[in-house]
Amino acid sequence: MNAHLRWRKLVSGFMLTLTGVCAAVSVLALFLILGYLVVRGGASLNWAFFTRLPVPVGEVGGGMANAIVGSAKLLLFATLVGVPIGFLGAIYLAEFSGSKMAFVVRYAADLLNGVPSIVIGIFAYALAVLPFKQFSTLAGGFALGLMMIPITLRSTEEFLRSVPNSLREGAMALGASKWKMIATVIVPAAYRGILTAILLAFARVAGETAPLIFTAFGNNYWSAGWTQPTASLPVTIYNYALSPYEDWHRQAWAGGLVLLGLILMINIVARGILSRGISVSRS
Amino acid sequence: MASVRPAVPVNIPPTATTTPRESNATLSMRMTISKVNFFYGSKQSLFDINMGIATNKVTALIGPSGCGKSTLLRTLNRMHETVSNARLEGEILLDGQNILKQDVTAHRRRVGMVFQRPNPFPKSIFDNVAYGLRINGSKAPIAEAVEKSLRHAALWDEVKDHLHKSAYELSGGQQQRLCIARALAVEPEVLLLDEPCSALDPISTAKIEELLVQLKDLCTIVIVTHNMQQAARVSDFTAFLLIGQLIEFSPTPQLFTTPGDPRTEAYITGRFG
Repeated sequence: MNAHLRWRKLVSGFMLTLTGVCAAVSVLALFLILGYLVVRGGASLNWAFFTRLPVPVGEVGGGMANAIVGSAKLLLFATLVGVPIGFLGAIYLAEFSGSKMAFVVRYAADLLNGVPSIVIGIFAYALAVLPFKQFSTLAGGFALGLMMIPITLRSTEEFLRSVPNSLREGAMALGASKWKMIATVIVPAAYRGILTAILLAFARVAGETAPLIFTAFGNNYWSAGWTQPTASLPVTIYNYALSPYEDWHRQAWAGGLVLLGLILMINIVARGILSRGISVSRS
Repeated sequence: MASVRPAVPVNIPPTATTTPRESNATLSMRMTISKVNFFYGSKQSLFDINMGIATNKVTALIGPSGCGKSTLLRTLNRMHETVSNARLEGEILLDGQNILKQDVTAHRRRVGMVFQRPNPFPKSIFDNVAYGLRINGSKAPIAEAVEKSLRHAALWDEVKDHLHKSAYELSGGQQQRLCIARALAVEPEVLLLDEPCSALDPISTAKIEELLVQLKDLCTIVIVTHNMQQAARVSDFTAFLLIGQLIEFSPTPQLFTTPGDPRTEAYITGRFG
């Protein structure tokens, strides 16, 4: 074996190792976070965590029931805001608009997707908090809903476009109007993809903190209603982690574990739905 | 294929071509195409087409790729309108009424279409056939109509025990017959077929050809085909198109045995196309 060949083998071996290590690190990051959360938060995770309100500093115990319910309410309202707009907008883009219009909307959606979440928070603060002089669940849900719009829109559009044109023609040739065709053939053909898109958008905003800090604010008790401030998991974790109290730190770890577990679960379900395939054969 | 009229060999000797010209006067015309010019943007793809579609007969449109035969077929149920820059001039009558003045969805229920590739919906076999009835709010009992249509499409015996399976579990030929059943379910007056066998194997093709001859009693059929033998086997009239012009339109045996135009003869004897 001459020197040149040996050198090449060496470089090849080095590069292979390097890429392998990089791949391993990216997987490792997730497992380290997860493992650390389980170790630190697992111990504080008990029934009370899910059912009790926070207790004053100094008392041991208590939970994040109000934050869990608050997060659920925020995400529900965010879904009600973001999904219909994103979904119907995607139908317009995929089925009706000209290519110029579609380009503009797609571009805008991508920009909106890139807007830092703190800026979304400020925007929602100006639009939904200041006029009412009141932090509220609705304002927080509105901020999260804004973030869901571009994610839902872009991926739903992709899935609608992947439905073969022959199905559109088939439905139209049977005397279906365009709306009927979309509702009875195109959307059902793409529903798995659309559902996945919605779940991923949901998971994406579930852990957002910044848009909630000055919209939903926070609350140590049960929220008094939709127009009142509410606790949420991410903001509570943020506040607890910043506090100087050991007991709150442990609760923050537990909250992080619950939040990450929820997001992982949504992702796995979404993968499961999608892997069963789009129900259209691509012949 | 036994029940199908024997194929007319394209090189049949002239002595055998004594089929008398069918008199158009005795035929009623389901559709009439007059002075049709068709454009995609500024490009004209049909030039002054005039022809009649005889009731309860099979009319075949043949010609080389790009001759406009599919375009002509698609104008008959106004599918060309799904293309944004398409423009049609002239008049197409269905039972004496201008189809361009009708409601487009209502018109398409009267003139059904089967496409080149089978395009069943991602639904069950039953729901595929029932689709047209449901979207049109048909009052007829759906299960009976589905069975009737599947029988007409010669598919009933093969699928009757698993009507609720996905249509995608059927073979290509079965899927195409399902698409025919789906079109028949709304009881169209005219059935358009755009190269319905081009994606199918010879056995499936033979089944569909046999079916077309039987379906004549039910509705008027217009079929676009690349395959001249197929046109010869299934059709009563054949129209030969070339670069957007209708070169010849005659009873099928006559067109294939004593073509009136040298270009038709060149095409059917395989000199081009």
